[in-house]
Amino acid sequence: MLRAIWTWMHRFASPPYFYSVAGKLVPWLGGACAVAMAAGLYLGFFVAPPDYQQGESYRIIFIHVPAAWLSLFIYTAMAITAAIGLIWRIKLADVITISAAPIGASFTFCALITGALWGKPMWGTYWVWDARLTSELILLFLYLGIIALHGAIEDRRVAARAVSILTLVGVVNIPIIHYSVEWWNTLHQGPTITKFDAPSIHLSMLIPLLLMAGAFKLFFFTTVLMRARTEVLEREQRSAWVRDIVASR
Amino acid sequence: MSNLSEFLHMGGYAFYIWWSYGIVAAVLIGNIITAAYRHKRLLRHLQRQQAREQSQSASTVA
Repeated sequence: MLRAIWTWMHRFASPPYFYSVAGKLVPWLGGACAVAMAAGLYLGFFVAPPDYQQGESYRIIFIHVPAAWLSLFIYTAMAITAAIGLIWRIKLADVITISAAPIGASFTFCALITGALWGKPMWGTYWVWDARLTSELILLFLYLGIIALHGAIEDRRVAARAVSILTLVGVVNIPIIHYSVEWWNTLHQGPTITKFDAPSIHLSMLIPLLLMAGAFKLFFFTTVLMRARTEVLEREQRSAWVRDIVASR
Repeated sequence: MSNLSEFLHMGGYAFYIWWSYGIVAAVLIGNIITAAYRHKRLLRHLQRQQAREQSQSASTVA
């Protein structure tokens, strides 16, 4: 079983195979993303009732929470591919790490901005230096730092190593963000969904939230494969399979 | 029509809700467009490069 996974991983990591399989996956993932998002938005705006305390303003949660979850998920995924790239020298892992960084930065930005726009009417302020907010802002700087570092180093292999090391160093921030609401009891509220007893959210709100979370995750998989394909094509431009693809267009 | 304006009003939170959704929508669409554009641009670049190399090798043969 393990052996089968290992051989599949190696086959998938071969650039031409990855390029063609990812190209076939992108429209399906994108389509599934659109369906989940349409359903989530419909249920979130037309079926879920207004909150008894927050009125309509809580509907921001349907994009805020999925964006925040995804910002952590992407970074964790990048830390894993960074480790794979460093240990096993799989080039595709380096490609995925750097392709995911701008998408991670995008969703971190979305989480921060929607949080601010929700915080203003609910907390009375766009921003406070609360532990959760500050550590999420650091996450945005980590993403931007990774992108800048990659752009600053000419040699591709050196750049990949530097990016992987920076990504792995920055991963300490992830548990800090996750537990910040428990360690420092400042402004941001504790978890509603992921606590161990029953979630303190009504099903009519939980379902659109989970649909939107799924849609965002599918969006990430779609765009990271799109970016990774471009990156692979550029790196392999001298090889015969790329020349065939270019010539056949 | 009053239903629509009531919906857009969002119980007085229209500003916060529509800016949130608008910015997120713009970021998502921007991500798709840049990814697709970068791919197209690279393919065009490689095509031109390949055509140039072919014409060069043809002229050296001649």
